[in-house]
Amino acid sequence: MNGVHDMGGMHGMGPIQYEKNEPVFPEAWEARVFALNRAVRAWGKWTGDASRHAVELIPAPDYLRMSYYEQRLHALIELMVKHGLVTPAEVESGQPVPDSHKATPALAASDVPGMIAKGRPATREVQVPARFRVGQQVRARNLHPTGHTRLPRYVRGKPGTIYLDHGVHVFPDSSAHALGENPQHLYSVRFAAQDLWGDQASARTAVYLDLWDDYLEHA
Amino acid sequence: MRTDNHDHSHQAVPSDVALRVKALESLLVEKGLVDPAALDALIDSYEHKIGPRNGARVVARAWVDPAYQKRLLTDATAAIGELGYTGGQGEHMIVVANGPKLHNLVVCTLCSCYPWPVLGLPPVWYKSAPYRSRAVIDPRGVLREFGLELPEDVEIRVWDSTAEVRYLVLPERPAGSEKLREEELAALVTRDAMVGVAKVELAPTGG
Repeated sequence: MNGVHDMGGMHGMGPIQYEKNEPVFPEAWEARVFALNRAVRAWGKWTGDASRHAVELIPAPDYLRMSYYEQRLHALIELMVKHGLVTPAEVESGQPVPDSHKATPALAASDVPGMIAKGRPATREVQVPARFRVGQQVRARNLHPTGHTRLPRYVRGKPGTIYLDHGVHVFPDSSAHALGENPQHLYSVRFAAQDLWGDQASARTAVYLDLWDDYLEHA
Repeated sequence: MRTDNHDHSHQAVPSDVALRVKALESLLVEKGLVDPAALDALIDSYEHKIGPRNGARVVARAWVDPAYQKRLLTDATAAIGELGYTGGQGEHMIVVANGPKLHNLVVCTLCSCYPWPVLGLPPVWYKSAPYRSRAVIDPRGVLREFGLELPEDVEIRVWDSTAEVRYLVLPERPAGSEKLREEELAALVTRDAMVGVAKVELAPTGG
């Protein structure tokens, strides 16, 4: 979707707010939101791509106003309601509906080190032919999907060069919408800064993005 | 670049959002959806175990061990795994090396992708609109905002983390550090240098 989250190349966002010796979690509630997101994800009801999309769906004025963990809190509640883990009334009251079944948490404290160490690899051991090879000239397609995508606006329609082939990875545009993994080759694609931003950009600068087969066409 | 404390004033009274989070957590515990001890363990891991000291050890090893550096630049996931750093948000790692005429900078324009096993969770500025919007269109200006002025003949590569592949910058080893041991070198390496917004200095400054 052409959301405000897709902000590469925008002006007007103000100076970088650097804080020296920033704590990992400046506020205690931010730590709880972080952990709640990880612990609820362990139920396997939705993918990481769906989590990202839930953040993108926050209306633009709210997205820009909210802090990072306010956005994550909002998205977590939306996803839990959508997938039936909680009802809006329960969120409102803070109380389970009467006589509701009590579950056993999907993630116990003893599972945490193993879960972190294992991660969730996005590669898939399936044979899918690569449509492009390293060194080949390509063009990012001029796509404007209304759902989740990892093809930023600033490269759409622009020429680039395949720099690396990362192998076969889950395709986020389908994974975010529970439409299957649609695994396909993922490449690091090099875009010369002048092709993206015009002649005023430096000839010695390039931007590298990781883009899937379905985002690319022959130059 | 502003370094004043923005919006992090610690209130005596819990904020509205803090109360909402507390209510949500108690609801989820009551429903058996989350275990509060698991939440504590997650927070403890990222506050105390997984952070930029991990990445600093990777960088220092690469500086003192050319064979390790070669493995790191060809199969970063495995080479980082050799030091015990694996897993969530670092399943597929790429390490890019800075040199006298090449500087690498990492960003995630679409959200906040960052190599957790080696750097921990990203700082607020990395996740915020000013850095995400400008790193790709004006990397030199962004670096200047961090106090890093690069000569015009230095090539800049910006890595926009659009997939599950995560990037770590291998900074240049600082001149004058030839006699330092690996642990002393690791102590010099900052988070900012491994994101590519700073160089490693003999007397480190900043994050």
